[in-house]
Parts: sequence; C-alpha cells; structure tokens
Amino acid sequence: MSSIISLSKVAKSYALGEKIVVEALNGVDLEIKKGEFVAIIGPSGSGKSTMMHLIGILDKPSSGRVLLDGKDISKLSEEELAVLRNKYIGFVFQSFNLLPKTSAIENVELPLIYSKIAGPERKRRAIEVLKEVGLGDRLEHKPSQLSGGQQQRVAIARALVTSPSLILADEPTGNLDSKSAVEIMSLLKDINKKGNTVVLVTHEHDIAKAAKRIVELKDGKVISDRKN
Amino acid sequence: MIAISEITKLAVRSLFRNKTRSVLTMLGIIIGVSAVILLVSIGQGLQNYITEQFESLGSNIVVVLPGRVGGGSGEGFNPAAAPNFTGSKLTLSYVDKLARLGSPIVAVGAGIELPSGISYLGKSKYTTVGGLTAEYQKMRNLTTSQGRMITDADNRVGRNVVNLGQTLVDKLFNGGNPLGKEVTIGSQKFQVVGILSKVGGGGFGVDINDFAVIPLSAAQKIYGQKTVQVIGVQASDKESILQVKNMVKKELGKSLKEDDFSVVDQGSLVETINQILGVVTLALGGIAAISLIVGGVGIMNIMLVSVTERTREIGLRKAVGAKPQDILIQFLIEAVILSLGGGMIGVIIGGVGAWGINHFITTSVTWWSVILAFGVSAVIGIVFGVAPARRAAKLNPIEALKYE
Repeated sequence: MSSIISLSKVAKSYALGEKIVVEALNGVDLEIKKGEFVAIIGPSGSGKSTMMHLIGILDKPSSGRVLLDGKDISKLSEEELAVLRNKYIGFVFQSFNLLPKTSAIENVELPLIYSKIAGPERKRRAIEVLKEVGLGDRLEHKPSQLSGGQQQRVAIARALVTSPSLILADEPTGNLDSKSAVEIMSLLKDINKKGNTVVLVTHEHDIAKAAKRIVELKDGKVISDRKN
Repeated sequence: MIAISEITKLAVRSLFRNKTRSVLTMLGIIIGVSAVILLVSIGQGLQNYITEQFESLGSNIVVVLPGRVGGGSGEGFNPAAAPNFTGSKLTLSYVDKLARLGSPIVAVGAGIELPSGISYLGKSKYTTVGGLTAEYQKMRNLTTSQGRMITDADNRVGRNVVNLGQTLVDKLFNGGNPLGKEVTIGSQKFQVVGILSKVGGGGFGVDINDFAVIPLSAAQKIYGQKTVQVIGVQASDKESILQVKNMVKKELGKSLKEDDFSVVDQGSLVETINQILGVVTLALGGIAAISLIVGGVGIMNIMLVSVTERTREIGLRKAVGAKPQDILIQFLIEAVILSLGGGMIGVIIGGVGAWGINHFITTSVTWWSVILAFGVSAVIGIVFGVAPARRAAKLNPIEALKYE
C-alpha cells in the first residue's frame, strides 16, 4: 500500500516571547498508508494538535520532512498548500465549524467551490454525500435546526465530498453527548470500511479504540505505535 | 483563484445572511449619494431656471437695475450686492433720454414688478403684477394669444387694462372668456384686454402663466411710485451690446451717481448668478460628499467587525482550500457590493427625491453628479474594503480555527 502522508524526523517549535521556545514536536516519524484508520492520542501538550496541523498541511515543520502523496510540503507556497488541502484532506473539527444560517447542502458544497466545480454538479455531489451520512431528509436544514450529532454528520459529509485521500478528524466527539459520540464513531468506521483513510486526533482512549492503529504521543515524541 | 462569478455569489450569500447589517451599512452610502444628487440637482435646477428666465427676457437686452449689482466681465465678483429696488432712482425720464440716443439702441422700455391680489366676482388669487411699458412687454416676449397687448396709448392715458396669464384665467374665470371682463387689482378695476401666451417651465420666482401685465403708469398709480425697477435697452445685434452698455452708462452717469444704477447685459447677469449658484452647488455637493466619506468609514468599520466575527469561517474556508486571494477578493467584493448597492439605491432615492421636490422648486439631476456619486461610492467600497479584506486574507488558518 502506498503512503498518503509521511513525516520523517519532524520537529516543530514555537517561539513564545523572545527567549522561550516550545518544542511541540521533536523528531517524529510517522507514515500513514491508504485505507488506514489511525488514532493519534496523547494528553494536552503532547503535541497532537501540532501533529494534526502538519498532517492537515495547515502548517510546515521547523525541520524534517512532511511528504504528502510524495510532495515535500515545506517547499510549497500558501496557495499551493491550499490546493493540496482541498484535494487531499477532509477536515472534521470538534466544534463542527459549519457556516451559520447556511443550509446543509451549501455547507457541504463549500470545498467544491474551491475545487472550481460547477454549481449543479456541486449540488448533486453534496446531496449524494449527505444521503451517505444519513441526512437525506435534512438537506435544507440550517445548522441551528440540527442536533450536535447531525451537525457533525454535515461536517463529515463536507469532509467526504471532495473524495479526499485523508479524513482528518480532530476530537470529533468532543462536543457531543455519549450517544451521538458513539454514532459518529461508527460512521467514521463505516467510512473507513468503504476504503477511506481516517486519522483521528483525540485525548480519549475510549474514542481511540475505534481505530485500527493507535499512535501515542507524549512531550512531542511518539511513545507507542501499535495495531489495535 | 476561483472564478470571480463564484466569489461574487459567495459574497452575495454572506451579505444576505446578515440582511439587517448589510442594509444598515449601506445606509451611510445611500444617504451620501442621494444627498449629493439631490443637492446638486437643486443647485443645477436653480441655475437652469435662472438661465431660462433670462433667455426668456428676449435677446440682445441690456438691463439697467437700481443700486450696485455685482457683475462679471472684469468688474469683480461681489455676492453681497443685489438690486436696490426700493431705493430706485430710475424714472421714465431716463427711458426717454436713452431712447433718444438712437442706433444701435432699437428700443427702450421699463417696468416694475410687485406682488398683488387679483380678484373677479369673489374669486381671488395672489399673483405677480408687472407694470410695463409697451416696449418692455415686447422686449420680454410677453405676447398675447388672445386679445391685444398693452399699448403706448394705454400707458400715456393711464388706462386700466390688463393682460392675464393662463393660470390666472383658469383660476378666476373657470375656463370662461375673460376678455372684456373687469378684474380688481389693488382697489382698482382693470379691463382684461388680452391673454398672455402660455409658456412652459415654472418654479419659484415669476411664472409667466401666473402673471398679469398692466400699463406701467397704472401700476405706478396703484403703488404710489414714480420710479421704475428696471429699464430694458435693446441693442440691434449681439455685437453692439457692449457699445450700448457704454452708451447707457455714459448717459445715466450724467445725472445719477455710480452707486445708483448698474448696467448689466443678460450674459454677464447670468454669469454672475451662475457663479454664485455654482459655488452654492459645489458647497452643497461638498457637504453631501462628506457624508459619503462617513458612509465609507462605516463600511470599513462593519467589514472589520465582520472579519473578526467570521474569523472561524475564514479559517474553515482556508482549511478546505480557499487561497488568500479567494478570501481577499470575497471580502473586497462584499465591501464593493455594499457601497455600489448603496450607491444605486442612493441614485434612485436622490432621483425620485429630485423629481418629488421638482413640484415645489425646479431641480435638474445632472449626469455628472450621478456618475460622480456612483463612482465615488465604488471607489469608497474598494478603498475602505481593502484593509479588512487584507486582514481576512492574512489570517493564519490554525489561529482562525481556534478563535472563540
């Protein structure tokens, strides 16, 4: 299986003020292959958010290499990264990040606008994906008319609609009640079963159990990487 | 970058998501643009009206007014000077003297104009009555459509006859034939001998349709005046106007002081008045333009608030593939739509407003004020939209997504 993203000897440090430098990641190696369901787990401050930003190519490493589909992202401009994010990555956030006062369809269409897909085709695909996540009867609903679980489903549909190589879910159940959380996790499992690569970032071991592979971070280093 | 048409749709959609705010933001521009158009149209209407009035005076006419009147053509510009009608020292004897000068003077007339009530069988109307010599009536093109004009004989004998404008005829006679009937002006009876030809236009000042002409001598009797308010001297052609002006000045200067009279030709009079009104129009437009700037600052303010408020949205858009230019252009287009939309609504409101008050005072919407106001509002959208749009485009997606 080919690797979608690989991190080799990746370090990331932030300057906080003049003298203080925080090493968020320190020499991390990680390879994620097509079809995997990986959970990246660790307590707060372990560097998992930084990891998520790098995997989602929202950020570049301070040193080391991040290869997305074989391309070294540190050499790319902000514009090129935007194109790659649009093509390869589907984000699911803890707080859903849906556009308010905007229908489910329009929310799901959003990434396709930036992939320059024409309006009717966008709508067709958005409806298709919304049906896939079980919201076929909520197409015109606004986020305020949906439950938390349903909102997260819209967000997952938005992540899926571009058929990305990687679904990157950052604490997707963090804002949900336990029943909805279970539903969302099983949805992510289904999505993985259909052949999508899923990376889950979380601090909850219970949630991480859904993944097939668990990568544990502590103090900016991978301390374990095991099959589940 | 994605197509401008797509970005425009995004911009329109997000403006619609906040209808109230969008409309309130546009309000500043709406008020600014409509104020510019309205005020300039009033100023321009005034200029057009006055130009028309002077043109209707007749051609090649040099006017003698009592007092010192500021004038163009090298005499400097004195906005404080106005004709001194009440202290007029002009009399009919000067009319005779000027008439005797001969070529290139072809006619000399005089008149006074006073507001007065006019009534017929219980119906009455407040109007302007002009006491004119026959020559002056001809000079001012106050011809009759029915009946006859006022004659020299009427003036000599002091006959109480009157020519009525169409509005007066309609009002006093209800469409009946006024010729030969007697109307009351002041306390005297006047026989209607003619109806003045109907003319277009109108507004404030003298409306020829709402005007009565009586012999100058009769008017002087009613008002107890021996003087006249204006003497008109007609030159044979345009080229001799200057010569006539000088002849008139020289002749009147023999017995009148320099401050007692002013000799102006139609051109310089129009020029002077238009000069004053031009300044007034510019000042009005300028004051209104300030509100346009204020409107622009309002747009910038709201757009900055909008960028802050939509930080997460911007972060999300970037995460799902929006490039910095996509964000920049979207916010810029939002600002431009607000200002152009406001400009368009402002043009409509300004135009309708100008049309509305045209019933009371003459207005004239000028194309340059519309283009200027519209163009300025577009520029304002771009200028005041750039700062917020740049801020939005520069947002770091990670920070933006974390923003609470």
